[in-house]
Amino acid sequence: MTVYGWLIMALSVGSVSCLLAWCVFKVFTVPEESEHVHGFEQETPDV
Amino acid sequence: MVKRIKESWNSRLGVILAVAGSAVGLGNFLRFPGQAAEYGGGAFMIAYFISFLLIGLPICWAEWTMGRMGGQAGFNSSPGIFNYITRKPTFKYLGVIGVLIPVIIYMYYVYIEAWCLGYAVNFLAGNMNFEDVGQAGHFWGKFIGIEADGSALGFGLKQVGFYLILVFILNFVLIYRGISKGIELFCRYAMPTLVVIAFIILLRVLTLGTPDANHPARNVSNGLGFMWNPVKHVVEHKNEIGDWIVEKEVVDAGQLEAAETAAIADETMRVRHISVKEQLFNPQLWLAAAGQIFFSLSVGFGVIITYSSYLSKKDDVVLSGLAATSANEFCEVALGGLITLPAAVTFLGVAGVAGMGTFGLGFNVLPMVFANMAFGATFGFLFFFLLFLAAVTSSLSMLQPGIAFLEEALKISRKQSVALLGLITAVGCGFVVYFSAGVKALDTMDFWVGTFLIFVLSTIQIIIFGWIIGVDKGFKLAHEGSAIRIPSIFKFIMKWVSPLFLIVIFALWVAANVFGIDFSTGEANYSSYVKDLFIQPNTVAWLSIALIGIVAALFVFIVSLNTNYKTLTKEDVK
Repeated sequence: MTVYGWLIMALSVGSVSCLLAWCVFKVFTVPEESEHVHGFEQETPDV
Repeated sequence: MVKRIKESWNSRLGVILAVAGSAVGLGNFLRFPGQAAEYGGGAFMIAYFISFLLIGLPICWAEWTMGRMGGQAGFNSSPGIFNYITRKPTFKYLGVIGVLIPVIIYMYYVYIEAWCLGYAVNFLAGNMNFEDVGQAGHFWGKFIGIEADGSALGFGLKQVGFYLILVFILNFVLIYRGISKGIELFCRYAMPTLVVIAFIILLRVLTLGTPDANHPARNVSNGLGFMWNPVKHVVEHKNEIGDWIVEKEVVDAGQLEAAETAAIADETMRVRHISVKEQLFNPQLWLAAAGQIFFSLSVGFGVIITYSSYLSKKDDVVLSGLAATSANEFCEVALGGLITLPAAVTFLGVAGVAGMGTFGLGFNVLPMVFANMAFGATFGFLFFFLLFLAAVTSSLSMLQPGIAFLEEALKISRKQSVALLGLITAVGCGFVVYFSAGVKALDTMDFWVGTFLIFVLSTIQIIIFGWIIGVDKGFKLAHEGSAIRIPSIFKFIMKWVSPLFLIVIFALWVAANVFGIDFSTGEANYSSYVKDLFIQPNTVAWLSIALIGIVAALFVFIVSLNTNYKTLTKEDVK
């Protein structure tokens, strides 16, 4: 692989990895609303 | 009439994993690497990331927002959501496309899902000891019944029938359990498992080195180079009439030097260096990159709009949408981009891999690669089990829009809805599996529904968001309860750039794939899909179109009967 190949790979993989890491960080640090009616325990699929 | 329980997601992480699971599929690990390598890593990635910003992310946010909006009014499928948002009766019929696409795709996707499971089991059973790609291709042909219609219907270990029944039942058991107890619970375990397996395989691939000393050019570095090098080097030969014909692509530095030396002495041979700039002027590259973004993110499938309709009014959609897409991108670029082609090139060389399609790469080349690798049975099993998990999380998402549509349109319970959709999809899947010769039925349905209609639905969605809801109101709706803000530039993008970009790409796609126009020569030759219908009519192709038509007519009929849709007025929306 050429130097430019390594560079493109590093940029591509690095950018999607950083984006995912930032999203994961935000998902786990920003409090979420909890208006949910059902959870694993309560919900039944049918009546 | 049955009283419906309002379902919802159990957590933000759950819905993100479910949407990411819907998006991550075979395309991430098989289609993306092939496309990137074909068009040159650097140029392709530029077009890919631009497409991500101009159509992938905007349509994704539009779908999340519209889905949540429709869900607040009690609608969970595209006909109801479109009807509610636009207040125009015509749109409930256009919304049928958002149910038709996932239902039809499910009919053949579950068949491919069964291949993945079958391959995983056969690796474990030690049945995959191939010496060359021909043997692997022969196994695949027998496994899926490619030679003759009806030949896929066997139930042995090396035939697809048993696995098909197993995955069909698995999908419907999970979907019957509901949004949080079925889809969310499964994706919560399947997605992390998938990523862990991918990392294990990645580690193995990157440490393959040069397995065959007789072929020093077949190594991981050249595999990565084939995928990521920005400049492509192709050896061309002049034919009798003086045209230069591409013979092969060269990646290895030593082979390139040898080819250049040979070209100096031979006037009928040359080595052409295709730069990033030259590649970026190729419309086909933009079509491939935009298409990959489009199909990879599952935008325009009618799935995200249904999934997000189960969110509450104050649930975030902006961060969740971005997180789900970033998870998909990570699996595609960072995992798929580093596993598939490097592994294949390391064992077969560039010549053995170049030009292979998704199925060829996944079910002919890679099984042979794993068969020749140390601990190949284990890694082969892991890889196809990974594909199987990715496929299940996707196929589950294809069922939910249909389930939701039948529940709300016919006012039936989830149990009845699951049974009815089970019947419809079983008939369709049976059709695809029976007409297995040359995978004609699968291919026809994938082209007209899995590609053509997705373009249509995406265009409808972005126009509804940008022009009917209005981009200002759309942004306001998107930001309700949002954890992050969408940059203001996306207002302009979502109103003007995305629809325009989409229409241009769609027009290019129709020109290239329907009318068969070659952008480099300007010559036109109708595609095989058009020939199958109008020039040299093919019975299976026509039957496939008839099946799509019957299902569409059924859904339109159901929509026309529904009084909820009819009585909706402008006042109801306020």
